[in-house]
Amino acid sequence: MTTKNWCQLCCKRAAPELNNGFGINNGYGINNSQGRIYRRRKFVNSLVMTASVLTTLFGLFWLVWLLWTLLSQGLQYLKPSVFYLATPPPGSSGGLGNAILGSVVMTFVGVLIGAPAGILAGTYLSEFARESKIAMVIRFANDILLSAPSIVLGVFIYEVVVVSMGHFSAWAGSLALALIALPIVVRTTEDMLHLVSNSVREAAAALGTPQWKITVSIVFRAARSGILTGVLLAVARISGETAPLLFTALNNQFWTHSLNAPIANLPVVIFQFAMSPYDDWQHLAWAGAVLITLTILIINVLVRVFLKTSKTVF
Amino acid sequence: MSSMADNTLSAADVVNTVSDSNIPGPLYFQKNKEGGVSYDVADIVDNAKLSVRSLDFFYDNFKALHSISLDIMSNKVTAFIGPSGCGKSTLLRCFNRIYEMYPRQTAKGEILLDGRNILGKSENLNLLRAKVGMVFQKPTPFPMSIYENIAFGVKLYERLSRVEMDERVEWALRKAAIWDEVKDKLNQSGTEISGGQQQRLCIARAIAIKPEILLLDEPASALDPISTLKIEELIDELKQDYTIVIVTHNMQQAARVSDFTGFLYLGKLIEYDDTSTIFTKPGKKQTQDYITGRFG
Repeated sequence: MTTKNWCQLCCKRAAPELNNGFGINNGYGINNSQGRIYRRRKFVNSLVMTASVLTTLFGLFWLVWLLWTLLSQGLQYLKPSVFYLATPPPGSSGGLGNAILGSVVMTFVGVLIGAPAGILAGTYLSEFARESKIAMVIRFANDILLSAPSIVLGVFIYEVVVVSMGHFSAWAGSLALALIALPIVVRTTEDMLHLVSNSVREAAAALGTPQWKITVSIVFRAARSGILTGVLLAVARISGETAPLLFTALNNQFWTHSLNAPIANLPVVIFQFAMSPYDDWQHLAWAGAVLITLTILIINVLVRVFLKTSKTVF
Repeated sequence: MSSMADNTLSAADVVNTVSDSNIPGPLYFQKNKEGGVSYDVADIVDNAKLSVRSLDFFYDNFKALHSISLDIMSNKVTAFIGPSGCGKSTLLRCFNRIYEMYPRQTAKGEILLDGRNILGKSENLNLLRAKVGMVFQKPTPFPMSIYENIAFGVKLYERLSRVEMDERVEWALRKAAIWDEVKDKLNQSGTEISGGQQQRLCIARAIAIKPEILLLDEPASALDPISTLKIEELIDELKQDYTIVIVTHNMQQAARVSDFTGFLYLGKLIEYDDTSTIFTKPGKKQTQDYITGRFG
């Protein structure tokens, strides 16, 4: 009955006769009071739509500007030597090799500590504690940890680890990063396990599968890409953290081979070099900023790819 | 409707054989004054696989089942019909205590499986569920290969060699009438086959561990007519080896596949009798109204 390109009110195109069942037929299939309501709805729709588009553009504008500034200022300094030379004294040539290594090592150790604990805690919340009181308490505590300023976590680790050890160290930095990663992984793991529908758990239980086996063999399998996504998001988050590392890993001008010593890392080096009056340090800071941004961008793209390719049916 | 008439005939035959061989069936229930079904506890029905005695079920404080009592016959198909929310699925979920996954659901009363109360605290739920298999409304293949889907349940109870496992998987898939469709893609994910195939895979998975009772919770309601037909033929096939309890929205389906039918309404068992009686001369007006489509 409806023909192509025919719309009921806006373009006043001839419409096929149709009785709307509400009495007077105005030729558009809709009587006058319905028309008013429809026009109002269309008006509100366009208003909200415009506001949404404008705010999206507002957000995108700053992001594009930020990326543009970073790339135009920093890309030129991103030479191969940046990756294999250590941070130089002012006036001599060098790279960011030790800082990159330090960041990778601490992020790796941080995730290695934070992710398993987070996955286990998230599993406990979703599969075992569920709606119990203890679960509510844990969830609340986790939310607080999730929103705690990272500098507070840094000061905490400083007090607990750095002061008692007597010196800054990569261990302390890793622990601070683990504390930041932990609540993220807890939250995403719980959310992802919640997405696995109860019907699959029921089906497994109906075979007489013990609860631990349902969790390990069925639920984890169905949610594994989601859990991995949570871990990757945690990596993206902690690889750019500066504040907690200032108090824990500090910095190091040289290559370090021990986790027991202060270690260089990208965020703190960027902070130090960007604030310096020396041109070559500032150039390296730009290169570091580009590097860290690109890394996080790539991780986020990876997350999207993971979520897209693993469409679970549940 | 002619097929329905055929089936009611065959159901009547079943009833005849039942009374010929003097095996007490649900017909032996006494009708009490209020018209509800009552029974004498001492009167254990010989051929009953499951005997439900004064079963109440609660979701938190809401009473979903009111004093249900009935006997489910061995190697027969028993169907439960009734409008949405009448408690038929709830009743089915009591038979393998799957409701225990949710903390606020409780059952009171007795369910005797071969004479032993399975609602007792000491009952081992995993062993109970090995005896009482269940297939759900929505197909629920596990996120693993077709082969592993079947082997998963078997491995819970038996340690089989590779060859024995291969045989068991083939046996279950043949039994569920899906072998020919999947024999060349056993390593494909169980989630990648069609809905009807997934549902038969789930039936195969349930029978692979050789249960005694098979609970089917609206097994065909998410399927197309051809898959539904296959499932119904399968039910007919399977009742030689298993006691089957099926919940269905579809009255024609109940009439086609079942030997006995129970009609539930608002958590009460209104009428329970052999299928031909329920569909041709029901004893209660409510039952008649429901099966003639006047409500529900």
